[in-house]
Amino acid sequence: MERVAVLTGNYAVAYAVKLCRPQVIAAYPITPQTSIVEKIAEFVEKGELKAKYVRVESEHSAMAAAIGASAIGARVFTATSSQGLLYMYEAVWSAAGARLPIVMAVVTRAIFPPWSIWTDHSDLLAQRDTGWIIAMAEDNQEVFDMIIQAYRIAEDERVLLPVMVGLDAFSLSHTAAPVSMLSQDEVDEFLPPRKAFSFLLEVKNPITMGNVAFPDHYMEFRYSIQRAMERAKEVIREVEEEFYEISGRRYGGLVEEYRCSDADVILVLMGAWAGDAKECVDALRERGLNVGVLRIRFVRPFPREEVRRALLGKRAVIVVDRDISFGGAGVLFTEVSSALQQSNITVRGYIAGLGGRDVTARDFSVMVERVYADLESGNKESRIEWYGVKEVV
Amino acid sequence: MPITVKSLPREEYLLPGNASCPGCPAALGLRLLGKALGKSVILVVPASCTSIIQGPYPKTSVKFPLINVIFASSAATASGIAAALEILGKKGVHVVCWSGDGGTVDIGLQALSGAAERGDNILYICYDNEAYMNTGIQRSGSTPYGAWTTTTVLGKKRHKKNLPMIMTAHNIPYVATASIGYPLDFIEKVRKAVKYKGLKYIHLLAPCPVGWRFPPSKTIEVGRLAVLTGIWPLYEIEKGKFRLTGVSRVLLDKSKRRPVIEYIRVQGRFSHLSEEDVRVLEEYVDKLWEDIKKMLP
Repeated sequence: MERVAVLTGNYAVAYAVKLCRPQVIAAYPITPQTSIVEKIAEFVEKGELKAKYVRVESEHSAMAAAIGASAIGARVFTATSSQGLLYMYEAVWSAAGARLPIVMAVVTRAIFPPWSIWTDHSDLLAQRDTGWIIAMAEDNQEVFDMIIQAYRIAEDERVLLPVMVGLDAFSLSHTAAPVSMLSQDEVDEFLPPRKAFSFLLEVKNPITMGNVAFPDHYMEFRYSIQRAMERAKEVIREVEEEFYEISGRRYGGLVEEYRCSDADVILVLMGAWAGDAKECVDALRERGLNVGVLRIRFVRPFPREEVRRALLGKRAVIVVDRDISFGGAGVLFTEVSSALQQSNITVRGYIAGLGGRDVTARDFSVMVERVYADLESGNKESRIEWYGVKEVV
Repeated sequence: MPITVKSLPREEYLLPGNASCPGCPAALGLRLLGKALGKSVILVVPASCTSIIQGPYPKTSVKFPLINVIFASSAATASGIAAALEILGKKGVHVVCWSGDGGTVDIGLQALSGAAERGDNILYICYDNEAYMNTGIQRSGSTPYGAWTTTTVLGKKRHKKNLPMIMTAHNIPYVATASIGYPLDFIEKVRKAVKYKGLKYIHLLAPCPVGWRFPPSKTIEVGRLAVLTGIWPLYEIEKGKFRLTGVSRVLLDKSKRRPVIEYIRVQGRFSHLSEEDVRVLEEYVDKLWEDIKKMLP
């Protein structure tokens, strides 16, 4: 029988994590992630989750402890946000470089200064070169589903890379919505215990991990991560199909296409506001504008093939970034433009919603209408614009 | 039963032909660690001379399972390892951090303090060569007053951070100092430490011929002079109980201590010291022993 619970995004993470039976949790509090690690601490203290909980003194140590535990063969979980993620940045690289299948939830939040606790994707996207698989959910149900799938993807022998699952601050983390749950038996069958590999730290088979690699060897370690990322694309699709078997839910693999096939203009974005973008698309279609949404579910590995398939041949693409690479453009804009190279599609980038500024379906309509107006007037230039910025001195 | 050289296992856990400098105290210490604990060790090594000593991929000179970790993270990584061993039911494995002074008293202190406060089951050994030797002799929080380093070319103006006492303030079950000049004392302390659950801390003075400017044949001699002059007292604090060990037991009486100048004279890093500087170090040693006197039962 299907069991539906009303959960915040953070609790959706916590309940999914519990079903995955991690053996070691290492975490440090930061707003708005805190209720994830609080809930998990409660599970552990009540004996509902048999795990060791290392209450570390910093995020740098949270990831370090996760690395240590994972190198022994334990299934590990941690979660963080914003400054916490930046503070652990060095260790984030370390986890991927050591090929440890750690899963981390990242509640996306703006970066200081000035202080802001609201959503912004800059923290998550700043991790894109680290070797982690990076996923981003749209709603609480997907948060729940992604966490469970994340362990399967991370621990797959073809992958062996850590996975971070992003969810927007407050709009998901602290907003309750119905989440269709899975039973422990269902998850146990889908996600068996972590398999032991030959490169764990164990007394009976001593190995040295991470010693100096001279220029003769270093590149091959990096190349192996890139190859694992490429293989991860297939694994992500496979795992989702298997998950569909037990849950009846699937999202489309590395991207979700919403009314894309017959569209001539497509909005590309990721995260919770994709819901508003879809609402905007429905409204515009009532008015005869053929618009669609391509939602990026995985930033790494970047779904280059899916993006090309969905976007090539369209009149225009609008990439909406909740982030900015200063002096460059939005990260998704750059990625999508790169995937579309040698096509002559107009790609318009909007930088919007930074630090949690509200962006509604109406705002997406304005962006779409502007692009249509430009196309009508023959302006096909690809460029970025800041959306809704007040006058700045 | 005191430990004798003859009673030590013949098995070596740091293999010969490793990449250490001649007379390296860190390599010797690692070798003694193996003699003390045998094979049931998982070693955590942050960026330090030991990153080099173990040799480059695809080979290694260390027979323990070993994980190299980022500079500030040795204690936290060890916490994760200890937690995983416990939950996976893997008993009888000693998790040992083998960190230099920079990785301990400076950049690694936060993680170490956290692990100590949590009581994670780790043996943390700081091999203290009193500067950032691996990067080329830059001053650390553990460099003594007056010492030349490449970032204190006129001599350091501050005293060494007293980390064993900082660790003692964490109420951990076992804290000890040791010197590479007294290997059996060190081995005894390692063996005693691992009997306790929680974080155990051993601070091993590791005279570095390259950084301290003395001939590689004199590592043991300098390590002994540090103790005999009283500048590096050997002690242990077991469940809060302070006890002098080895030759240090008789050194509370100043007349039994060799003059500090004997320690200073054999090291090039102190060659520029003025009489005033020497006096500062002598006073430092006197104060050290006054403090010890207060801790004795």
